Amino acid sequence: MNTIPIEHALLLAAVLFSIGLIGVVSRKNVILMLLSVEIMLNAAGLAFVVAGSRWIQPDGQVMFIFILSMAAAEVSVGLALILQMFHLNKSVDTKTLGKLCE
Amino acid sequence: MINYLWLVPVLPLLGFLILTFWGKKMSKKTIPFVGAGSVGLAALLTIIIGVQFLLSPPEGNFFNQKLWTWMSVGGMSPSIAFHLDALSLVFIFVITFVGFLIHVYSSEYMLGDEGFARFMSFMNLFVSSMLILILADNLALMYLGWEGVGLCSFLLIGFWYKDSANAAAARKAFIVTRIGDTAMALGLFMLIVNFNTLNIQEILHTAPSQWSVGSSTAVWVAFLLLGGAVGKSAQLPLQTWLPDAMAGPSPVSALIHAATMVTAGVYLIARNHVLFELAPIAMHAIAIIGAATLLMAGFAAVVQSDIKRVLAYSTISQIGYMFLALGLGAWAAGIFHFMIHAFFKALLFLGAGAVIHALHHEQNMFKMGGLRKELPIVFWTFLAGSAALAALPLVTAGFYSKDAILWYAWSSVNGNIYLWAASFFGAFITSIYTFRMVFITFWGKMKTHVHTHLGNAMQVPLIILAVLSLLAGFIETPHSLGHITIFADLLSPVLPEVQLNHGGEYTEIILQIVTALTGFIGIFIAWHFWYKKPALVYNFKQTSLGTFLHGFWLRGWDFDRFYDGLFVQPFIRLSQINKDDIVDQLNIGIANLVNWLHNVLKKTQNGNIRWYATGLAIGLILTLTIVLFL
Repeated sequence: MNTIPIEHALLLAAVLFSIGLIGVVSRKNVILMLLSVEIMLNAAGLAFVVAGSRWIQPDGQVMFIFILSMAAAEVSVGLALILQMFHLNKSVDTKTLGKLCE
Repeated sequence: MINYLWLVPVLPLLGFLILTFWGKKMSKKTIPFVGAGSVGLAALLTIIIGVQFLLSPPEGNFFNQKLWTWMSVGGMSPSIAFHLDALSLVFIFVITFVGFLIHVYSSEYMLGDEGFARFMSFMNLFVSSMLILILADNLALMYLGWEGVGLCSFLLIGFWYKDSANAAAARKAFIVTRIGDTAMALGLFMLIVNFNTLNIQEILHTAPSQWSVGSSTAVWVAFLLLGGAVGKSAQLPLQTWLPDAMAGPSPVSALIHAATMVTAGVYLIARNHVLFELAPIAMHAIAIIGAATLLMAGFAAVVQSDIKRVLAYSTISQIGYMFLALGLGAWAAGIFHFMIHAFFKALLFLGAGAVIHALHHEQNMFKMGGLRKELPIVFWTFLAGSAALAALPLVTAGFYSKDAILWYAWSSVNGNIYLWAASFFGAFITSIYTFRMVFITFWGKMKTHVHTHLGNAMQVPLIILAVLSLLAGFIETPHSLGHITIFADLLSPVLPEVQLNHGGEYTEIILQIVTALTGFIGIFIAWHFWYKKPALVYNFKQTSLGTFLHGFWLRGWDFDRFYDGLFVQPFIRLSQINKDDIVDQLNIGIANLVNWLHNVLKKTQNGNIRWYATGLAIGLILTLTIVLFL
C-alpha cells in the first residue's frame, strides 16, 4: 500500500490553514469567519494526525480529539454570540461590531 | 484641689469637642452654656487652685503633675506634664478669667452669626491650647500649645472666610508667625543637642553650669527663642500680621490678639529667663526691640481711622513695653504689665466691639461720634480702659504697671537714658492716640445712629474689666506710693528681682510726676486737635509732609511694602523662573512620551475585528519566523 508522502500531507494542511486564515481576515460575514476558523482548526488537526502517523505515535490522534472537542465548544459559544449580535444589530456584518470599542 | 490641675486645660478641650461634634444640632441657647460654661468652670477651678497655692504653697513653690509619657525617642522622653508655679498661675488666671468674660460677651455678640457653634468651639480650643502652652513643663508640649494657638488664631481671623480679604489676613498671620516658629523650633533642637532634654526646669537648672555667660551657644539659643517670641508677640520685625488680624470678630481680637496669645512671647522669655540671662546681648536686643516697637506702633496708631486698628497698634506698642521690661531684667514688671494690659486691652477691644455691634459693623471712627449719651455703659467702661492705657496717674492700674517699666528703664543695670526716653515718649504718644480715639468716637456730632441695644451679657464683662483696669494696680505700687509688692513677692521664687543701678526715691518721684504730666498733655493735645479744632489736623494733612506722614504711618511704616519688595516679589519671580527648569522638562518629556505611545496604540483599537485577526496572524508569523530562523 502506497503511503502518501508526508510533505504532501503537510502541504495540504498548510494550504488549508492559509485558506482559513485568508477567510478570517477577508470575510465580513461573521458566520463565514467562524467557518474559516473551523477550516484552520481542521488544518491544524490534519497536521497532528500526519505527524502521528509519521512517527507511529498515538499522540497525534489524541490531539485531534482534543481539537475536535474544543472546536465543538468554540462553535457553540461563537454561534450563541452571533445570535446575540444579530439580535442586537439585525446584521451579521463585522462592521456593526465596531461601535463596541467606543 | 491642686491635683485637679489637669482639668483646667481639659475642660475647654471638652467644650471644643462637644461643640464640634454636636454643635450643629444644639439650639442657640445651649451653645453658650457649653462654650462659656467650660471656660467658666476652668476659671473657677483656677481660682480655687490659685487660692490653695497661695495659702499653702507646695514644697519648692511649684507643683508638677505628670500625666503620662508622651513619647520616648533617642533617650529623650518628653511627658504630658503640667508645671504650676507663680508665673504660670498668673497666666492661667488671666487666660481663664478674661477668657471667660470674653466668652460671655461673645455669647451675645456672635449670637446672630450662622457659625455661632463653630466660633465657640474654636474659642474653646484656643483657651485649651493656650493653657497647655502655659502649663507645659517641657518645651515640646509648650510647642504643641504654641502651634495650637497659632492654628486657632488662623481659624478665627479667617472666621468670616467668605470675604477673601479675611482669608488673606488669616494666611498672613499664619505665615508670618511661622517664620518666628521656625526659629524657635531650631532653638529647641539646639537645646536637645546640648541637654538631651526639653524639660524646662532641668534646662534652667543645668544651663548656668554648662554655659558661660555670653557663650556663643547660649547667644544662639536665646536669639532663636527670641525669634519665636517676636513672631508670636508681633514685635519688630515680624509685627506686620497683627493689624491685619483685626479681620476677625472683635471678641477674637480681645482674647487672642490682645489679652493672651500675643503675650505668649513674653511668657516664653520669662519662662526661660535663665537662658536669656546667659546671653546679655540677647537681653539688650529684647530691650531695643521693645523700645523700637513701642515707638513705631505708637506713631502708626495716631493716624489710623479704623478703631480696631488703633487698638491693634496699641497692643503692639504695649507688648513692646513688656519686651522692654524683660530686656531690662525687670521680669516681674513685664509680667505685671502683661496682666494689667490683658484687663484693659480686652476691655477696650470689647468696648470697640460693642460700638461696632451697636452701629452695625461700622469700624471707621470718623463715622462714629457722639456715642457718649447713646451707649453710656460702653462709654464709661471704655473711658476707664483708655485711662488705664494712657496710664493716668494714681487711679488706673495701667499707671502702676507702666510706671514700673519706665522707672526700671531709667534705673536698672541694663537700662539707660535712651531706653527711658523711648518709653517715656511712647507713653506720651499712647495718651495722644488713646484719647484721640475716645474724643472721635464718643464726643462730637453723632454720625451713625445706634441700631442695636446691648444686653447684659455684653455689658457686665465690660464693667468687671473696667473695675479691674482701675483697681488691679494696687497690688504692686512704687516706692513713692506705699511700696506694696504683693505681685513681685508672688513671682520672686520664679523670677529674679531686677538689679538697680542708680537713682533714689526723689528721682523716682520726679520721673513719675513728669510722666503723669505728659499723660495729661497728651490728652490735652488729643482734645485740642481732634475735638476742639479738627481743622488744624485737616490742614496739616493737606501739606505734602502731612500727606506723606499720614500715608506712611497709616500703612504701618510701609513694612508691608518693604517685605513685599524684599521677599514676596523676588520669591514669586524666582518660582516663576523655576517653574520650567530642567527637572520639570524631564518630567514633562516622560509624560509626553507616554501620551504619544498612547496615541499610537490607540489607532490599533479601531473596532474592526478583521484588523485584529490580521494583527494576530502577522504577530504569529513574526513570532514563528523569529523562533524558527533566528
